[in-house]
Amino acid sequence: MKYVDEYRDGSVATQLAAAIAAEADPQRRYAFMEFCGGHTHAISRYGVSDLLPPQVRMIHGPGCPVCVLPIGRIDQAIRLALEHKVTLCAYGDTLRVPASGGMSLLKAKARGGDIRMVYSAADALALARDEPTREVVFFAIGFETTTPPTALVLRQARQLGLRNFSVLCCHVLTPSAIGTILESQEVRQLGTVPIDGFIGPAHVSTVIGSRPYEFFAEEYRKPVVIAGFEPLDVMQAILMLVRQVNEGRCEVENEFTRAVNRDGNLKAQQHVSEVFELRKSFEWRGLGLVPYSALRIRSAYAEWDAERRYALDYQGVADHKACECGAILRGVKKPTDCKLFATVCTPDNPMGSCMVSSEGGCAAHYTYGRFRERVA
Amino acid sequence: MSRRAYVRPLDLKHGCVDLSHGAGGRAMQQLIDELFAPAFKSALAADDIARGDDGAVLPPLGAGERMVIATDSHVVSPLFFPGGDIGSLAVHGTVNDVAMMGARPLYLSVGFILEEGFALAELARIVASMGAAARAAGVRIVTGDTKVVEQGNGDGVFVNTTGLGALPAARSLSGAYARAGDSILLSGSIGDHGMAIMSRRESLAFDSEIESDSAALHELVAAMLAAVPSSAECDDPERGLRLLRDPTRGGLASTLNEIAVQSDVGIQLQESALTVKPQVAAACEFLGLDPLYVANEGKLLAVCASADAPRLLAAMRAHPLGAEASVIGEVVEDAQHFVQMHTRFGGRRNVDWLSGEQLPRIC
Amino acid sequence: MCLAIPARIVELLEDAQGVVDLGGVRKQISLELVDGVVIGDYVIVHVGYALSRLDPVEAERTLALFASVELPGGAAA
Repeated sequence: MKYVDEYRDGSVATQLAAAIAAEADPQRRYAFMEFCGGHTHAISRYGVSDLLPPQVRMIHGPGCPVCVLPIGRIDQAIRLALEHKVTLCAYGDTLRVPASGGMSLLKAKARGGDIRMVYSAADALALARDEPTREVVFFAIGFETTTPPTALVLRQARQLGLRNFSVLCCHVLTPSAIGTILESQEVRQLGTVPIDGFIGPAHVSTVIGSRPYEFFAEEYRKPVVIAGFEPLDVMQAILMLVRQVNEGRCEVENEFTRAVNRDGNLKAQQHVSEVFELRKSFEWRGLGLVPYSALRIRSAYAEWDAERRYALDYQGVADHKACECGAILRGVKKPTDCKLFATVCTPDNPMGSCMVSSEGGCAAHYTYGRFRERVA
Repeated sequence: MSRRAYVRPLDLKHGCVDLSHGAGGRAMQQLIDELFAPAFKSALAADDIARGDDGAVLPPLGAGERMVIATDSHVVSPLFFPGGDIGSLAVHGTVNDVAMMGARPLYLSVGFILEEGFALAELARIVASMGAAARAAGVRIVTGDTKVVEQGNGDGVFVNTTGLGALPAARSLSGAYARAGDSILLSGSIGDHGMAIMSRRESLAFDSEIESDSAALHELVAAMLAAVPSSAECDDPERGLRLLRDPTRGGLASTLNEIAVQSDVGIQLQESALTVKPQVAAACEFLGLDPLYVANEGKLLAVCASADAPRLLAAMRAHPLGAEASVIGEVVEDAQHFVQMHTRFGGRRNVDWLSGEQLPRIC
Repeated sequence: MCLAIPARIVELLEDAQGVVDLGGVRKQISLELVDGVVIGDYVIVHVGYALSRLDPVEAERTLALFASVELPGGAAA
């Protein structure tokens, strides 16, 4: 596969690993957060951590929209299917997320809910078009990468005057999440963030561009390197971050130049701002209430807003008291620091956001990296 | 025996299954006579199904041989997919289960649960496919059963096949026999069947040339056991073939984890030794699936003493169904039963059990 | 997040749709979010939508960058 295989070359990985080891100062520790769940996945799946010198550590950030989706939102989706009897279309990632009362979308399906997995928002719209007597709701989750398709689908629904289609909007915003991490109480207490730099998301950045990260680099004096999705991209980005730290620079650099520029996809941004507006605050699982961090559907599109259409109210549901996801998401604790990790909390029985999907830090460690805890 | 007189023959073009076909009366008998029996006509001896008894009497096995029995139910959707259908899958699946025990597959029983309204034309296709698969594999379908459920209570067709085979004296293979130091071999590419199914699923559908690898593996197994007998049959019990397993649902990863637990060992894999067809790899990329967890229906895993691995590999590669066979890893000591993989990239990762079916992801 | 893959456009259809090819697998997707793409272009595809065009010059430059890392002793790789 062109533009994929070349970026997974093991012999080039060895060279990059040697370069990182050569340039990382043995006297200091480097902690970099890869914000994006896709990067967490790449690091785990290819075993990138094995190729880094011991003083360079990766921290898994909250960039998995499924992980940070609060229980209360899944509850809403389940209510739509079981109580309002709609046909609920959702991405595969959401189906197993545990909600209140031991339920999940998959379990709701078993109870008779008409819940269907779709690859694309367009498939949900097509279903509504093909069957005008069927009430279809699309469960829209995701960061800025996934939002433009939802915007397009809402525009189309309005153009077509569809009467049987709506969207439950749970889209969230990357810069707000980064800001929350940087503004965490550890920062206020210690005056420093335990993170030396960020690997910026790959595909979110194709949409929003590299400009939004400049604020964080300047304000919080943290380097950001936007990296492509493949393991060589990640390693190159780590090398660039090590260099920035060594040289005392705090810039936004772009490793993913083949798909990302400073402005991003203006057409996509335009469609999004036409259809959505900022919510004043939104609950993120593991991070609590975060201001201006999520989107809701504008009143011009109210007819296609499932929250309004079905008068859904939102009830927050707290995580287990012993759950350390908040601290883990901020890079202050590791999965193994949490009492629940691998005891009560496993991928089969996730207690908090970090275990809910395979991109969560705890899930990634459990599924891919647990063998590292043992003495070799 | 004389043919029964029916009012008119089954309408195989436009007719549907209805509740009378499962009721044990004339309608069901007609289904058996006109649809099942002709399709399951074996190239060998008497047509047991057409004889119409409640069961089949089977000849005794050879001296010292023991009987192996295996059963499989098939609920695949879609019923027809590139490279096969539920019929051929049902035959291959059970033939393979018997073969993985080291036994020679001989007989199959077939149980159908049909949904009211299912098209007879499609049923005829499935049944013909089963008959052809059985004949090609040299097994006889000797008895069966049909039930019909009301519309909405089934996915068109559910099939159960139970297989009987003959296991030679002294041969013993088991998932519990793997030991540290053993080699692990795989007969070919992974992920073909699962992705062939995916390519036909609504919403996920894509265009490709991916075909299911569904195949009967018993002849490959016979060739392998001729080259490397089971440890129980070897003069030196340290040598020989320990186990055979076909990595079906849950893929290679699930099977390896099962073996690790069953044998109380760990496993180390080399990703570079695994074969994934380019289009299967690409389809997995599209949907965010890991080929390690995708189902296979025509592949097998073998664990043997490392000294016997070259001989076993040669025997596998000499057979068309093992042409792409490779040594993919080794068994190690590990009280935690981890399955670890050295990635092509140079790092390592766990290959854990899946919780539930792997689903396509956007994240 | 955001599983996305670079795929080559092999067919342009009406209504801003297109068919892309990744390693021989083809799928129909939406090109609504990208302008001025032609057959042969590579686009990043996420949930059935092309999000941006992949720049082949930059792609080569990035690969060259990986290969040019200086190893200890000053020797380039």
